[in-house]
Amino acid sequence: MMRLPPFRYHAPDTAGEVAHVLANEGPEAMIVAGGTDLYPNMKRRHQMPSTLVSLRRVTDLAGIEWGSDGGVRIGAGQTLRALERDPGVEGALPALWTAVHQISTPVLRNMGTIGGNICLDTRCNYYNQNYEWRRAINFCMKCEGDVCWVAPSSPRCWAVNSSDTVPVLIALGARVTLVSDRGVRELPIAELFVDDGIEYLAKQKDEVLTSIEIPAQGEARSVYRKVRRRGAFDFPVAAVAVRLAFDGDRVESADIVLNAVGSTPVVCTDAAERLVGEVVTEDLAAEVAQVAWKPAKPLDNTDLTHMWRKKMVRVNVKRALLELAPGT
Amino acid sequence: MTQGSAPAAAETRRKVHMQLLVNGEAQEVAFLPHKTLLEVLREDMQLTGTKHGCELGECGTCTVLMDGEPMLSCLVLGIECDGVEIETVEGMATGAGPHPLQTWFADLGAAQCGYCTPGFLMTAKSILERDPNPSREDLVEELSGNLCRCTGYLKIYEAIEAAAKDMREGSQ
Repeated sequence: MMRLPPFRYHAPDTAGEVAHVLANEGPEAMIVAGGTDLYPNMKRRHQMPSTLVSLRRVTDLAGIEWGSDGGVRIGAGQTLRALERDPGVEGALPALWTAVHQISTPVLRNMGTIGGNICLDTRCNYYNQNYEWRRAINFCMKCEGDVCWVAPSSPRCWAVNSSDTVPVLIALGARVTLVSDRGVRELPIAELFVDDGIEYLAKQKDEVLTSIEIPAQGEARSVYRKVRRRGAFDFPVAAVAVRLAFDGDRVESADIVLNAVGSTPVVCTDAAERLVGEVVTEDLAAEVAQVAWKPAKPLDNTDLTHMWRKKMVRVNVKRALLELAPGT
Repeated sequence: MTQGSAPAAAETRRKVHMQLLVNGEAQEVAFLPHKTLLEVLREDMQLTGTKHGCELGECGTCTVLMDGEPMLSCLVLGIECDGVEIETVEGMATGAGPHPLQTWFADLGAAQCGYCTPGFLMTAKSILERDPNPSREDLVEELSGNLCRCTGYLKIYEAIEAAAKDMREGSQ
């Protein structure tokens, strides 16, 4: 049996109490929501928190509340399954629905939460292995070792942000709320991520993610495209989220966000700007895809080959644009 | 990496005593607080029908129903199950005979080595409770978290469809 290491366990009833426990327990405490990411990591001894603060009993992290303007506030503790089954999400936010629907498997979506998918630990072929495997390579920089095995001369860790929902939420302009004993802060979700495989979140250790707010999308259309080996279970190894708002048949505003091609999501500002004011044609889509392809720098540390993953970014940006363009 | 100072042994070796509601029966159990529901079921309650496979959420054989929804017992703590209605394969048969899903799994060869079967049965039961007449497409999607290396899945889908038909006709 691969057993969990021992830990102290707290199960508070409110987000405020969670923040209070985190403040008292210090940086060695970790939050657990669905457990689908953290428990496997604990069993493989990647993450060994001295204290677990469970969100299972916290009631104020639940709910999907639609505003009268069409915006929505999603509690961070909402299970992925609840989002998938919400007709509002499927109807008004199809890219988010697609991303959620493609996370792992139905049974894991029953357990995993949206907050957990946003804060998902970064992944790497040299890290997501059992203890004996990692000991055999003398560990890696992300856990117990000194070297990043995918880029041994690099001073940093290149583990991959493998969240499906994050690129979509960035493209949709979502904001997140973080609560700690020091107060409440709200920030654009894009600012939650840091380009480092180890310190990949701007969320402090004493902060708990409580909610995600997605502004009304109006007539804007969005799509999510994911590359993975199998139709279930697998994390993305190249992910593309695109949101386009149109004025007639011309693009009024555009967002193109990549994920799983680096330690942090990639916001393709140059590619998106190239679309504004234009009619999306096959040629323009190919040109924009070429611009979006440049900042994607996958390394050889996930499933499938990294050059093919990079190529698939270009393919999927083009396909996403053509899928969203009116009349194509 | 978060590498915490290990909690003092005395603090984590103390068993928690709690009531778990398994297969409709409330039972008093004592177990270590870092044990998963899978470990508690198998080791502290002697309910070994639920199997341990990958123990990392990648195979589905440890699936149990928690308040009617399939969940992986290897990724839930026993202490997180306070007040939750847990259903395992041991609770499937009610009355004299096996559950129709169990009968059809046996009759159609949907269980070969049998190791994945408890997980498939629990997921299948929850599917049929939600939708008594699921399409093949829905079955494939809903069962995508349960792996089987023997049957090639076809016999499993056919057994569930046959059981669903029996259950629909039986309830009319």
